[in-house]
Amino acid sequence: MSTTQTGPDPYAQSQDTTSGRVFTVTGQDWDTVVAGVDPDASERIVVNMGPQHPSTHGVLRLILEIDGEAVTEARCGIGYLHTGIEKNMEYRTWTQGVTFCTRMDYLSPMYNEAAYVMAVEKLLGITDQVPEKSQVLRVMMMEINRISSHLVAIATGGMEIGALTVMTVGFRERELCLDIFELFTGLRMNHAYIRPGGVAVDVPEGGLDAVDRFVALMRKRLPELAALCNQNPIFKGRLKDVGYLDLAGCLALGVTGPPLRSTGYDWDLRKKQPYSGYETYDFDVITRDEPDAYGRFRIRMDEMDESLRIVEQCVTRLRGLEGAPVMVGDRKIAWPSQLSVGPDGQGNSADHIRHIMGESMEALIHHFKLVTEGFRVPAGQVYTSVESPRGELACHLVSDGGTRPYRAHFRDPSFSNLQATAAMSEGGMLSDVIVAVASIDPVMGGVDR
Amino acid sequence: MTGGSTQDPSSTTVGGEEVVPSEARTLEVVEVREGMFGVRGSGDTSGYGRLQRPVAMPGTARRPYGGWFDEVADRLEQLAGEGAVESVVVDRDELTLHVRRESILEVARHLRDDAALRYELCSGISGVHYPHEIGRELHAVYHLLSMTHNRRIRLEVAVPDADPHVPSVVSVYPTADWHERETYDFFGIIFDGHPALTRILMPDDWPGHPQRKEYPLGGIPVEYKGATIPPPDERRSYS
Amino acid sequence: MGLEEKLPSGVLLTTVEGLAGYFRKASFWPATFGLACCAIEMMEFGAPKYDSSRFGMEVFRASPRQADLMIVAGRVSQKMAPVLRQIYDQMANPKYVLAMGVCASSGGMFNNYAIVQGVDHIVPVDMYLPGCPPRPEMLIDSVMKLHTKIQETKLGQHRLDQIDSDEKVALEAVPASAMKGLLR
Repeated sequence: MSTTQTGPDPYAQSQDTTSGRVFTVTGQDWDTVVAGVDPDASERIVVNMGPQHPSTHGVLRLILEIDGEAVTEARCGIGYLHTGIEKNMEYRTWTQGVTFCTRMDYLSPMYNEAAYVMAVEKLLGITDQVPEKSQVLRVMMMEINRISSHLVAIATGGMEIGALTVMTVGFRERELCLDIFELFTGLRMNHAYIRPGGVAVDVPEGGLDAVDRFVALMRKRLPELAALCNQNPIFKGRLKDVGYLDLAGCLALGVTGPPLRSTGYDWDLRKKQPYSGYETYDFDVITRDEPDAYGRFRIRMDEMDESLRIVEQCVTRLRGLEGAPVMVGDRKIAWPSQLSVGPDGQGNSADHIRHIMGESMEALIHHFKLVTEGFRVPAGQVYTSVESPRGELACHLVSDGGTRPYRAHFRDPSFSNLQATAAMSEGGMLSDVIVAVASIDPVMGGVDR
Repeated sequence: MTGGSTQDPSSTTVGGEEVVPSEARTLEVVEVREGMFGVRGSGDTSGYGRLQRPVAMPGTARRPYGGWFDEVADRLEQLAGEGAVESVVVDRDELTLHVRRESILEVARHLRDDAALRYELCSGISGVHYPHEIGRELHAVYHLLSMTHNRRIRLEVAVPDADPHVPSVVSVYPTADWHERETYDFFGIIFDGHPALTRILMPDDWPGHPQRKEYPLGGIPVEYKGATIPPPDERRSYS
Repeated sequence: MGLEEKLPSGVLLTTVEGLAGYFRKASFWPATFGLACCAIEMMEFGAPKYDSSRFGMEVFRASPRQADLMIVAGRVSQKMAPVLRQIYDQMANPKYVLAMGVCASSGGMFNNYAIVQGVDHIVPVDMYLPGCPPRPEMLIDSVMKLHTKIQETKLGQHRLDQIDSDEKVALEAVPASAMKGLLR
């Protein structure tokens, strides 16, 4: 092996064998190999990324056909997290269904619950009777969930392109959100907090002060994250003009959420088809005229600020709603008890147990019937949608008049948004596929359900 | 199993509250369920085996439908002809059009393209399995959203189990690609004209269509320290 | 100040096995096998608040060849099961499996056609961690317990003897299905 030698190495010839051409490479002779490969060869290189891969946002399998570094075809293989949640919900009561649907899109559990519960309430016809305090609590929890979900989107997006500081910072802020969730619902994730008729638990002691502190701290921390990323030349270089999808493409592919708003179209269900009292809150819909990964990233950053605005308004309202009920008044539907933390963990509050065991027979009967059998929902089908951090999350619910859903189908935003992968990545480079998928922010639990 | 139209009473009670439905709605008994707690007509003395519960789904609506429903129905009848839409159901402020499967592609195209309708976005397509509706077991449900007019519509196509073919709307709404694959995967509805109709969420060689009603949930009994709990589909049921 | 100051004559005696166990547990690299919700809690475990770096575990190796621990975090679907097994096979000995969450331990709340009812149907599991999802502190607790197990792992012939005695203990132990009585 000589550093001055050019041309093929006489001791390392290529030979033809039964399985094709074999090249012996001794160093510094890569061009002989490349020249030796038949230029008319139609062999395509298919690279399989995932389902276990640090950069594919979850158990996503990307099947990429590449020509050099350029991607000629991109396909998504999904279904690696299919859990059969929809079929499982057909064997559970309406309230138990909340615990199942909450685990679909696991980064925004409140939205899954809200979409499902709003559908149940629409079928029951009690949408107007759900107490105001529970609506405000739902909005507050959903907006804090939006912040935590966007933080994960930005954190994992940063990690996938190699910016690990973004990940540590993002998850550190998310802990603040999870502390609020734990204070209000008892769990950090998968809360089963929003239930048909209202929410599960009232505001705990010191809860609103904790949310005030949380908002103040986030207002200090989020600009730090923005300062780290927004004008960062490497970040911009990786994200700008990557994953381009204009308005026509978005509508054809059924893409909603930040990718749709990054084209400049301000479609946000909270404004267009408000639910849970969103029309009474003061906030803006963030759009940008950059339908690429950078635009979507900036939208997510700004949406977190808007969410903080909404949370502040919620806290002000909650302070004025002390003592208001959080569950619908109809005792035949309302979840019977309030939760509290006792010596053996979280469960029914001692007050409630004393009430049903000692004071009221009807309460005991209601509790028993509601927990074992559940309430009955009149027959029909509905479709309710919420604006989840990823797009339009909707629930198509069919009832046959019984205690269990006849069919629950969830239109998950990640499922539709992920179809845009091919449109976003074909023609680009392999590394841009990662960035494009991260900018769609799919959560495989929602994609596969 | 009976089918028949009943004019619904002046009010129905929902969980103790009175709900007065709109004028345009009738309830149609689609099925009568017997028994409770899994007891099915046996020689039991509990009485639960003889319980009868009619299932009354919202039936065909009468004109006027109310709100903007009439203008959409009229416009669609103008464009697609009289036979395209089998029936219209108006329930809980939502419009459902039951479309004949031969016309679904044309209806979808008109809904997307006509200026008065403009349903640009197909939210999703899913399936529902009604095993008791002989000849119309598999329903494909299309949800469309009009961003221009800010309204939604639902199209429903019913096909028999023996011939589960529906024309694919991928040429009109490309987003239907994966949704139709998912509906095929879980219900076995074959969408003719789909570019690549294969299983999407289940493994490629999975037998059967999991979300059909006769497909078992597939759980196993759970045993712990001598106590066994049967899987969810074999436990006692209240409906 | 340091350990060195307290030693008599500045000399510390230990065994090769002790040292090997100490090195192995202090640099116990997990393979990324985050599937669902538990994966997010696992990422929180790697995040600054519940720092995994203080245990030497901040590098989640993507390549199973470089990993010691496979934390199966999340529900394993039927489609994912062969992939799980392949990743496990690609790991080099000594390797450990931690089933994080109830879905990985036993199928969890999803007792249906789509979820494998416990990854011990596919890979041998060293530590089961219940929870839905388990808090990062619970994950740290299980990792600590695994650390004690690794510290006590012997080498060579002692290891083979240890395996034999463990098997004997396991075969003679009362199975959970026979423990009738209080469900505690």
